[in-house]
Formats: sequence, structure tokens, C-alpha cells
Amino acid sequence: MAEPLLSVKDLKVSFRTEDGLVRAVDGISFTVHEGEVVGIVGESGSGKSVTMMSVMRLITDPNVIYEGSIVYKGRDLMGVSRDAMREVRGEEIAMIFQDPMTSLNPVYTVGWQIEEQLNEHYDLQKGQARRRAIELLTQVGIPKPEQRIDDYPHQFSGGMRQRVMIALALSCNPDLLIADEPTTALDVTIQAQILELIKNLKRDFGSAVALITHDLGVVADIADRILVMYAGRIVEEGNKEQIFYDPQHPYTWGLLGSIARLDRPRARRLTAIAGQPPSLINRPQGCSFRPRCPQAFDRCRREDPQLTAKVGDGHLDACHLSVEDKRARRDATINPELAETA
Amino acid sequence: MLTFVVRRLVGLVAVLLVLSVLVFLIFFATPGIDPARRMAGRNPSQQTIAQIRHEFGLDRSLPVQYVLMMKHLFVTRDLISYGSQTKVIPEITSAAPVTFSLVIGAAVLWVVFSILVGLAAAVLRGTVLDPILMILALIGISVPVFWLGEVVNLFTQSRWHGFFLFSWVPPLGYTPLTQNPLKWFEGLVFPWLTLSVLYVGFYARVLRANLIETENEDYIRTARAKGISERRVLLRHNLRTSMITFVSLFGLDLGVLIGGGALLTEVVFGLPGVGQLTYTSLSGLDLPVILATVIYGAFFITIASALVDLLYAWLDPRVRPA
Repeated sequence: MAEPLLSVKDLKVSFRTEDGLVRAVDGISFTVHEGEVVGIVGESGSGKSVTMMSVMRLITDPNVIYEGSIVYKGRDLMGVSRDAMREVRGEEIAMIFQDPMTSLNPVYTVGWQIEEQLNEHYDLQKGQARRRAIELLTQVGIPKPEQRIDDYPHQFSGGMRQRVMIALALSCNPDLLIADEPTTALDVTIQAQILELIKNLKRDFGSAVALITHDLGVVADIADRILVMYAGRIVEEGNKEQIFYDPQHPYTWGLLGSIARLDRPRARRLTAIAGQPPSLINRPQGCSFRPRCPQAFDRCRREDPQLTAKVGDGHLDACHLSVEDKRARRDATINPELAETA
Repeated sequence: MLTFVVRRLVGLVAVLLVLSVLVFLIFFATPGIDPARRMAGRNPSQQTIAQIRHEFGLDRSLPVQYVLMMKHLFVTRDLISYGSQTKVIPEITSAAPVTFSLVIGAAVLWVVFSILVGLAAAVLRGTVLDPILMILALIGISVPVFWLGEVVNLFTQSRWHGFFLFSWVPPLGYTPLTQNPLKWFEGLVFPWLTLSVLYVGFYARVLRANLIETENEDYIRTARAKGISERRVLLRHNLRTSMITFVSLFGLDLGVLIGGGALLTEVVFGLPGVGQLTYTSLSGLDLPVILATVIYGAFFITIASALVDLLYAWLDPRVRPA
């Protein structure tokens, strides 16, 4: 197997606060290969955004503490200088953010904002940056780009602004595109369009994509591999088929059970995962998910489960249940009505 | 643009009209004020008072008096002060350049220094220098300008005047720019500094707060994610949007000061500006001068707020008319 594009090893990100050390990301390791789409799924506060912001070294909080390594193309980004990091940002790794309404500077035209990034990374002749910006706007499907390039962000709709953000992110042909909940702030029809766009652009530009979302439905279509995060750790990792058809961790079951599905025999109430995520300051002993897990037993209280491969190639999970137990129990969470009829 | 100017001009005329009527009415509705009596001097006879009253048209009905006063002010431009018995318009046109010299010089100082201090404090946030700068700014805001001015005078005019640092400072007063530019400048250095201290402190604090607030905006994060330098993020993205509040405050403060708000500084440094003129006319209940200075002040405040609106639209495309 080729050297991965990005390899995160035992990354820990914590924040010093008055109440104590908040361990937002608590020892996670994963890789992203060239051209691969990795979905990072988890609820709010599970550390998905912090992980990817750390890859970009975009966390400006002075109270942040990093441990571990983030190796990108053989270089540990934790150790590179600020200036070297600036060259990586935007040119090699680009990022799309959640809220397109606030992610663009309101006082500059979209063209100015795209050209700024191009001029920062390339030596361009006068007019070249503008031509490239128009080309990018065309590629992301903005009608009449020659006119829209001189418009301000507030003159675009939410979906169009997210297209502009994507054009901005792709302007320097990055090898890795980090999309932090790119569709969360958009309405459903626009969500589908944006996901389709990311999928197509990934093909055209050949970028790897790390797609952060709290919605498994979003990654179902485009992710090659999925990481499920809970309380700052990865609790399950596998390819799309493994996660959707053979989920191992009860938290993943909960996420799958809470997707609204139209292909089920009768309408039921969406199941929610009961309880709240644990405090990241005083992590409960044993498994972090235990207080919310209906399957928990004695061992979960005593022993912290490690992320290991139990079922097959590349499918890792952190749960003490045996594979047989999991397979027998999970339908009750994911598809209650199927479990009842069985 | 044209409609904007026309609308503003109509608004200006309306504001001036309402203000002049209000000032006029307040003056006549206030009990115990009889300008004729005041002008007649000590223990006047009823006859003298009646004569003065007739001479100045004070025995006519209120609307007629108002129209007469406006006619003398704007049409024949020969409105006579009740107090000094001189024409009002030349008094204002000779006081205005003094005020303009004082306020515009101070404004340049306070804009430059408050941006520097605000930026420095925001960048040095988390170090000990930020609170030090902010406490200095707070002191600048709190120091009364008349006290500061007197202290400055004490050192530059008397106590340390012989000291080489202050020996160049001319005596209090104003030298017109056209007469002697160097003397004009020398005479205004300390008034400029004194007047700007309050505003440097205030604007620096406002700017720092805005810079820190904007720092948390999503588009600042986007700017960093684009790989542009911290310096550019600060100046082109953060400062640019943070200046919106700064500019709107600046326009209004400038209007108020040019309109006569720099009274204390003018008095302390012996500058015969509009503030002083307003003050003497108010204490002498000299209606023609009061009216003229109020209209003068309102004119500049309205112009300033129109300029602020233009600048605002230039700074923030979201408020531009489509």
C-alpha cells in the first residue's frame, strides 16, 4: 500500500480551562489516502472539527495543548514553521466551513476573495487570477460567473455561497479538502446539490476529501471510509459497507437508528440516543459511552475498550461485546420494527 | 448618488428650520429673559427699554420677529448681536477657522494614534501590555480636558518654559495660518494633543473591542485557512471590518467638535473659536449669536452624518442601495 497522504498518530488536543483540562481529542489515529473520501461522523462536541482544525493548525486559542503527530506527505505538520504552514494551508490542504453565510468576508467581492488566495500562493500576471476565478466559479456551477465575480457575498443565496466557498477551497488544486459540515446550514435540496458537487469535483480535481458531519446519511453516498467519533475518540472505523451493513459499536447503531428513512415498511418515531455525552474534563472510568449504552455490562465499567480489528480487514471498533452478541442485539436499536417481526 | 445628495440636502434644510424655531421659542418662552432690559444697562428708565425694544423689533409678534431674524441672518446677512452690537456673521466666520484648525489637527492625531494603540492592544492581547495600554486609554478618557489643558499650560507657559523642550511654545492665543504658518502650527501643537487625548483613549478601546470581536468571525478563520499572512489577516480582513464602527463614531464626534463642542479646549488655550463664541452668547443670552451658532453647529453635524453614511456605504457593501 502506498504511503498515506495524511497520517494522524495518537493525536491529543486539549484546552486549559478554569475547570480543568478539556480533552477534546483524546488519542486518535487515522490515515487519509490520495483521492480517498473519509467521512468523520459524530455528534457535536465529539472532536471531529477540532481534529481537522488541528491538521490545518487553525486553532488560535492560546490555551490549546497538542500531543501526537500529524504527518502530511512525510512531513510532521506539528513541527513545521508558521510560514511553512501558511504554504500548506490553502495550497495543499484547503477547508470548507459549515456556515457559508458567515465564512466569507462581507466587505469584499467573491472574486477579490478568490484572487487573494491565488495571488498568495502563485506568481500570477495581472488578469490571470481573475480569469482563473471565473473558471472556478463556472466549475462550481455559478451561473453568469463573469458578472457574479464582482458581487458581494450577501448578494448570493446560501447554496451559492457554499459553491463560492468550494471554489475558494479548490482554487489551488489542494491534495486534501477538509469539508467541515458543508451542508449542515443548507436546506435539504441544496444539501444534495452540494454533496453532488463535492463528489464530482473530487473526481475532477483528484483531491482527497475529509468530510466531517453529524449525519451518517450525508456520508452514505460519497465516503469510501468512515470514522465514527465519540467523546474525542474513534469508536469505530471501517469502509462504507462495513459501517452500514455490519456496524459493531452501539454508538454507531444509535446514529444509524436516528436517520430518517423512507424505505422502511411503516413510519415510526425516530430513535434518539438517550443521555448526554460525557464531560471531557472528567472522563468516566471504563468505556466513555457506557452511561448511555443500553448494552453495557460489568467489564465496560472497569476497562476502557481499545480500538481493534475484531470482525475483519480494516474494520475496527472499541467495544467489549462479542461479535455474535453485537450482531444479535443491534437490530433492536437500528430497526426496531424489523427486530419485532423477527 | 444624486438622489442621496438631494435627500440629504432637503433633510439638512428641514433640520435647520426646526432647530432655529426651537431655539427661538425656547429663548422667548423662558421666563425672566428680557433682551431689551439686558441691553439697556444698569437701572434703565422704562422709556429707554421701550425704545430699545422698538429698535430691535422686540415689540412685534413672535412669528414676525422670527422671520425678521432669519431675514437678517441669511438674506441681508447683517444680524446684529444684542450683546456686542456687532454683526453676527463676521463673528462666526472669524471664529470658524480657529475651530477648524484645532479640531481637524486633533482629529488627525486621534485617528492615527487610536488605530495604533487599538491594533497594538488587540495584537498584544494576553500579554501584560494590553491591560497597560487599556488603563492608559481609560486615564485618557477620564482626565478632564480643562484640567489637562491647565497643567499643560502650567508647564509649557510658565514653569518649564525656559527648558529647551518648551521654549518654542508661543503665548496662548491663535495666529491665523495665512498670517504665519509656523506660528499657527506652534500655537496649536499642545491644544491638538490635549484635545485628542480623550478621543485616542476612547477610540482605541472601541477599536480593540471590535478587533477582538471580529477575530472570532468565521471569515477570519477562512482567511487563515487560505494561507494568507497573519499581518494581512489583521489589516485587510479584521481591521477593515472593524473600522465600520470607528468611522461612524468619528464622523459624529468630528461634527460635534467643529460645531462648537471643543469649547473647553478653546477656553483653556485662549483660542477664539466657535465654542467660545457660543459660550459667551449663551451666558449673555444673546439670541442672535445663539441662533447663528446653533445653526452653524447643526449644519456641520448634519453634513458630518451625511459623510458618515457615504463612508459607511463605502466600507460596508451590505448597506449600499442596490
